[in-house]
Amino acid sequence: MDYFDRFAVPHSSPMIVGSQIAIAVTVLAILVGVTYFKKWGYLWREWFTTVDHKRIGIMYILAALLMLFRGGADALLMRAQTAIPDNGLLDGQHYNEIFTTHGVVMILFMAMPFIIGLMNIVTPLQIGARDVAFPRLNAVSFWLFFWGAMLFNISFVVGGSPDAGWTAYFPLASVEFSESVGMNYYAIAIQIAGIGTLMTGINFIVTILKMRAPGMTLMKMPMFTWSILITNLIIVFAFPVLTVALALMTMDRMFGTNFFTMANGGSDMLWANLFWIWGHPEVYIVILPAFGIYSEIISTFARRNLYGYKSMVVSMVAISVLSFVVWAHHFFTMGHGAMVNGIFSVTTMAIAVPTGIKIFNWLFTLWRGKIEFTVPMLYSLAFIPIFTIGGVTGVMLAMASADYQYHNTMFLVAHFHYVLIPGTVFSVLAGFTYWWPKIFNFQLSERIGKWAFWFIVVGFNVTFFPMFITGLDGQARRMYTYSESTGYGPLNMLSFVGALGLLLGFAFLVYNIYWSTRYAPRNVSSDPWNARSLEWATHSPVPEYNFAIVPEVDSSQAFWDSKNNGPALFKGKYKEIHMPNNSGVPFILGIIFFVWGFAMVFSMWIFAIIATLGIFACMAHRSFEKDHGHHITVEEIEETEKKLRGANA
Amino acid sequence: MNMKQLFPRGHVMGFIFSMVLTAVALGVVVYELSFKTGMIVLLVTAFMQAGVQLVMFMHAGESEDKKAIYTNVYYALFIALVTIFGTLLTMIWGYQ
Repeated sequence: MDYFDRFAVPHSSPMIVGSQIAIAVTVLAILVGVTYFKKWGYLWREWFTTVDHKRIGIMYILAALLMLFRGGADALLMRAQTAIPDNGLLDGQHYNEIFTTHGVVMILFMAMPFIIGLMNIVTPLQIGARDVAFPRLNAVSFWLFFWGAMLFNISFVVGGSPDAGWTAYFPLASVEFSESVGMNYYAIAIQIAGIGTLMTGINFIVTILKMRAPGMTLMKMPMFTWSILITNLIIVFAFPVLTVALALMTMDRMFGTNFFTMANGGSDMLWANLFWIWGHPEVYIVILPAFGIYSEIISTFARRNLYGYKSMVVSMVAISVLSFVVWAHHFFTMGHGAMVNGIFSVTTMAIAVPTGIKIFNWLFTLWRGKIEFTVPMLYSLAFIPIFTIGGVTGVMLAMASADYQYHNTMFLVAHFHYVLIPGTVFSVLAGFTYWWPKIFNFQLSERIGKWAFWFIVVGFNVTFFPMFITGLDGQARRMYTYSESTGYGPLNMLSFVGALGLLLGFAFLVYNIYWSTRYAPRNVSSDPWNARSLEWATHSPVPEYNFAIVPEVDSSQAFWDSKNNGPALFKGKYKEIHMPNNSGVPFILGIIFFVWGFAMVFSMWIFAIIATLGIFACMAHRSFEKDHGHHITVEEIEETEKKLRGANA
Repeated sequence: MNMKQLFPRGHVMGFIFSMVLTAVALGVVVYELSFKTGMIVLLVTAFMQAGVQLVMFMHAGESEDKKAIYTNVYYALFIALVTIFGTLLTMIWGYQ
């Protein structure tokens, strides 16, 4: 039985035992439920094997919502633990595990997939394409992300959670100081998901560069597509650094190398350096698509052209370049000289310039617009002032000498939540609500959506604003408790109350999905918001082939022009459409990667070798496979179009 | 059609260039150059080698995507240099 001892959780507690039971019961319930309702065939044919960018996008978003609640549960526990001084809800070790998984889950398994999900659904539609450039690769990306995320998520019930922070700084993350398999999970699970993300990056760059509708030059692309192009460029250039850093970490932890050790010529700070060379561009990977989403929504609901299209593009390109030259501001206190800190201070502050340009462009778009206060627009309007607070405190942190005061305090925690939540979270919620009718052909309830919005926006500020104050008073981040004499108690309690407000807000969001799915009126028009870009020019729900006739474009808002007596979008007759075939191999490859990762985490080499062979077998299968896709005939297109038009007449 | 058109000049030149660059890089070991000189020679020949491969064998400049490809290459070059020299700056040169 010794062999199985490795799967035990080293710091077990009633809460973890409860989770173990709950997870086992849920998995069993899902398996039994799917079998009972005979849905395996449906799931396999329609979802597990799909290469359709829209369905892959939906799966990304479902997984992201799931992870939002996992990360949210971690967050609530942290706020509950620190709500009163000397609280005993969680012990130190458990608290370490929870802030670590909260960070990793929220950034890598919530924000990233939510954004990648939206870009999967929307980008090909916005550029008038029938799918992405490499549909099969897209499925591989999703399943690698999904099984990577699952591997990370079982860590707290099998073998022990990672506990060295989402930044995993050495030497704390080394075997010497983190003995459990927790940090192995970190190294392997993020590696698997990261490979998937890298493939997504390549896939979407090629899609956007090569598959745009005729007439759509780069400077006529919708702003969201521009933001996605830049985002994927950053992904392709930043993620290899993470891949290498994680591989070195794996070598250090499993094979006794000394890249990040303190002895034998290793350098622990090299990890921090590599981590942030990836980590800072990563911040812009999750924020630039948000800028794109807001640009679409603000121009739609202000009923005006986006102000300053060119400067929007130029500022995004500038941000993408600057994002690669600022990373050392994450460790100003590491001990470099004034020269290094000075350089990175200046580059960091420089980012405020292109970001400021974008803020003013949105304000000028709103200026004299006929603003309609829909749910997506409310999130966008709330974003502008709240994000500005986050940005301004960011400039404060950028001052290297002042950073010695702010570093690793709750002030920093408040700052990055003030940029990431209004930036990324509000934007994906806005985008989710905005594009929902395109995917499902009905709108989410505006009334319940507004309840959710107000609880989230007020709850957010009540939770995080007090942290600016406690941080300046000296409360360090990642401390599991504090004594009453510090005086942090009341503001931390306020934070906890705000977190409960956020919980209610997200509960409304889920209730909204449930309520609208049951009761919302069907057959809304294919363009319910009176929007501007190409995705609204096709039917809702979107047919498999997206556009029966490839649109022809001559402005950045061709659909708006065509609605207002501009040139017609669709010219010519139906032609036979060539589409890619479904395949089960990406799903199977994902599972094999999961097994490989699990074996690696627990150093079970025989299983790891077998799984590696399986991975190569999948790749060999693809190399020798003859797959010419399938054709949709003109008659089939006519039939589908007639049916969809009927539904929306 | 004369010999000039049939002769794959670019390929042969590329082949010669890559051989010469490899020989120069090998020289670092053969002549036991100092660490600093050796690294500089390797860095320069490596970037030139990558350029030769991209332009002469992978036909970077011959398609209609010339602009996009070269923009990508310059961007990649910029980020590679920033990563390497930035790391040297933060980890060694600027460290007190």
